Amino acid sequence: MSAVTATTPPRASALAMSIRQNRGFYGAILLLALLYLVYNFIHPRGFSTNVFIANTNESVALAFVAMAQAMTVIVGGLDLSVGAVMTLTSCIASELVRGEPWQIVLGCIVSVAAGAGFGLVNGLVIVYGRLQPIIATLATGAVAIGLALLIRPQPGGEVDLDLNWAVTNSIKDLAETYHLFEDGEAAWLQPVAWVPVPLLILVIVTAAVWIPFRRTVTGRTLYAIGSSEGAAYMSGLPINRAKLWAFTLAGFFAGCAGLYLAIQTGSGNADIPQAGAYTLNSIAAVVLGGISLLGGVGTVIGALIGALILRAISFYFRILSIDPLLQPLVEGVVLLAAVSLGAIRTLRVKNRLELFR
Amino acid sequence: MLDEEAARPFAELSGVSKFFSGARALEGVDFACRQGSIHAILGENGAGKSTLIKIMAGVVQPDSGTLTVAGTQHRFSRPAEAAKAGIVCVFQELSLMPDLSVADNISISDPPRRFGLIDRRAQRERAEALLARIHCEDVDPRSLIRDLSLSRRQMVEIAKALGKNPKLLILDEATSALTSRDVDTVYNVLGELKTEGTGMLFISHRMHEVEALCDTLSVFRNGRHIETFDKGARTQDEIVKLMIGRDIVHQFPPKPPVLARKPHLAVSDLKWENRLNGVSLSVGKGEIVGLGGLDGQGQKELLLALFGVLRGVEGKVTVGGEGGIPASPADAKGGRSRIALVPEDRKTEGLMLPMSIADNLLVASFDKVRQGPFIDQAKSRQAVADAIAQLQIKLNRPDDPVASLSGGNQQKVVIAKWLLTQPEVMLLNDPTRGIDVGTKQELYRLMRELADKDTAILFYSTDYAELIGCCDRVAVMYDGRIVTEFSGAAITEEALVAAALNITRPADTQAREAVPA
Repeated sequence: MSAVTATTPPRASALAMSIRQNRGFYGAILLLALLYLVYNFIHPRGFSTNVFIANTNESVALAFVAMAQAMTVIVGGLDLSVGAVMTLTSCIASELVRGEPWQIVLGCIVSVAAGAGFGLVNGLVIVYGRLQPIIATLATGAVAIGLALLIRPQPGGEVDLDLNWAVTNSIKDLAETYHLFEDGEAAWLQPVAWVPVPLLILVIVTAAVWIPFRRTVTGRTLYAIGSSEGAAYMSGLPINRAKLWAFTLAGFFAGCAGLYLAIQTGSGNADIPQAGAYTLNSIAAVVLGGISLLGGVGTVIGALIGALILRAISFYFRILSIDPLLQPLVEGVVLLAAVSLGAIRTLRVKNRLELFR
Repeated sequence: MLDEEAARPFAELSGVSKFFSGARALEGVDFACRQGSIHAILGENGAGKSTLIKIMAGVVQPDSGTLTVAGTQHRFSRPAEAAKAGIVCVFQELSLMPDLSVADNISISDPPRRFGLIDRRAQRERAEALLARIHCEDVDPRSLIRDLSLSRRQMVEIAKALGKNPKLLILDEATSALTSRDVDTVYNVLGELKTEGTGMLFISHRMHEVEALCDTLSVFRNGRHIETFDKGARTQDEIVKLMIGRDIVHQFPPKPPVLARKPHLAVSDLKWENRLNGVSLSVGKGEIVGLGGLDGQGQKELLLALFGVLRGVEGKVTVGGEGGIPASPADAKGGRSRIALVPEDRKTEGLMLPMSIADNLLVASFDKVRQGPFIDQAKSRQAVADAIAQLQIKLNRPDDPVASLSGGNQQKVVIAKWLLTQPEVMLLNDPTRGIDVGTKQELYRLMRELADKDTAILFYSTDYAELIGCCDRVAVMYDGRIVTEFSGAAITEEALVAAALNITRPADTQAREAVPA
């Protein structure tokens, strides 16, 4: 019989394989493209740089929070503190990001580091306290909000205005603000001069942090844990270290969200309902982006796409005079539809036992 | 040189003891194994085999005693440390991550790296080379583990172990999930490894595998090392006696005379996908009908179809002349058909491991113990007590989690659970897989008792000896069809093997004959 097995069947191309294994992710990209194209067709000033800049500005914080959530969902956990950590870092940033240029840079670094540090604490509590992530982060999230209220009992703060302008507009505006590249008039810059800085920030952070991290042994271990923690342990993988990294990076992304929010609004606000809404939306974004809540499946980029989908839906409410009170309802229906679409596959399953695996 | 190497033990345990919460798992064990040899470890479940290999592979640590590997004393605290010393284990419970690719899994603990990051191309090539090593070129290294069959996953598991360059490879029931084709491949690979000087510890409940493969055999019983001897030094009967420590007069209960029985379960022209291609079969009241043939010829699908698990089944099924194809397991067990299925995998399909033994026993028959919408305490206690007594399940308290039982006793719980539903038709999917000899014999007796009480039993087994010893009739399946039936004295090993192969090409027949079945 072994002679028969020697023939190798033809293999699928890399792209076909990737699409088959990541249907949720590619589906999310299609959905986002569709939603955003239609939006621009309907919008009176559709396909203009200004609309694009405004939209990306509003999406950055949620995108970062969703990426934070993705880190913990991939290991099979759930972080209920991401919104709170974002709020905490935005309050810290509202105190620190001002003054001399070096003070501004230091303030940005301290804010993001505070987020990462808080994530590390989450990880330590979960790994060495042997607590379930969902309950541990419910508690630490409340702690984060408490700290935010201590720092900023009243909304306020004076974040550097130049930075606010530079970071929430196009690359050309950024260059102009800081007198870079001939005040943004350099010929080589022109093809990308229209690109919104918020988009650039998302791309750079993703490319600099996530893409290399995914190819490290620690990054691989995250997926192994989410897929089968017992098997990961038996394979001698560094489980504790990987979990600490997952929660630290979650804190880092939440810190990025908080910093951006502070710069964007120019202030800090220990807004409890806002923190809660961001946490819940981050879970929705993660699911929309094709990440399995059971762990082991999906990428941080998927979460980014999921967050953009949620935001794209909200944009419609502005241009189609629909009552904004209906927004949660519509978002809920879209989420339900997306998840159901993912479940269609199960209708084709002929062996019902496979539904439970 | 080679003789010298072979004479000195590679791994040696001396005076090793291990207790789990007071219960003895191993006591005062001296044991040694060499490189370039295949060494079988035999024993009932609970004999200490698993603990022995877990100590050697660094999963658990001994309470006392020493472990010496290649002349150096070791105390492994993690599997990775054992792997470093050259001891690698292929575990019975699969250690693969289902959502990662084959290549990711094979190189999971030490992937090839470039500039500190995982080099995916090198990793894929490594996986391809290792898969070719075990003749599994048809597995694409990029596919996800969850998309592979159980047998292929087990092969990936073996490739993963070989990737660690073991000097001593431990195989714990590593062939129990394999199809016949893969079993042959594994036999060849093990032979090649042996000539290359790798040592192997082989744990299997399949006697013919042990006889075919191993050079040395060690018998364990109740946590002690009983005896080690060369292959051929003891007869099968003697080995079995060493394992269970008592004489077995008849391995199988006597069969009743062959009777012409009226069909109770009647199946005709059953079709599903391309796995069942028109199965026709009948089982009479009080009859045990075996399902034979090579693995993967539709036997499992047939049982699942009869139990209502599969969607889109065509054909005709009647029980006692009535009914149709069950729409769901709930439909199959209730109403007129009263079918029970002891599933393939007791840990995922048979039991709710964290729940108590009592809850597991009652879970299929709440309708029998309820009082209106409530579960009647007195009735359920009685039902649980009856079930435990009938199958002689060895337990401390019925409220303990079912996971605390040994494999054989867990299987008894699965069977007892279905007996409480008072089934008329019992479907058994390889019920003795991975359980000890003593419990196996109890199950054989139980099957005969049930048949004597007019239950119709359809029994799939991968072990020919069981089919021969237990069944009144055996239907042999090939490619989703029943090709031959034997009854009474016509059920012989030669007949079964021949029937499973006669219709295949002559070349295949020769290949099969080379492997002792």
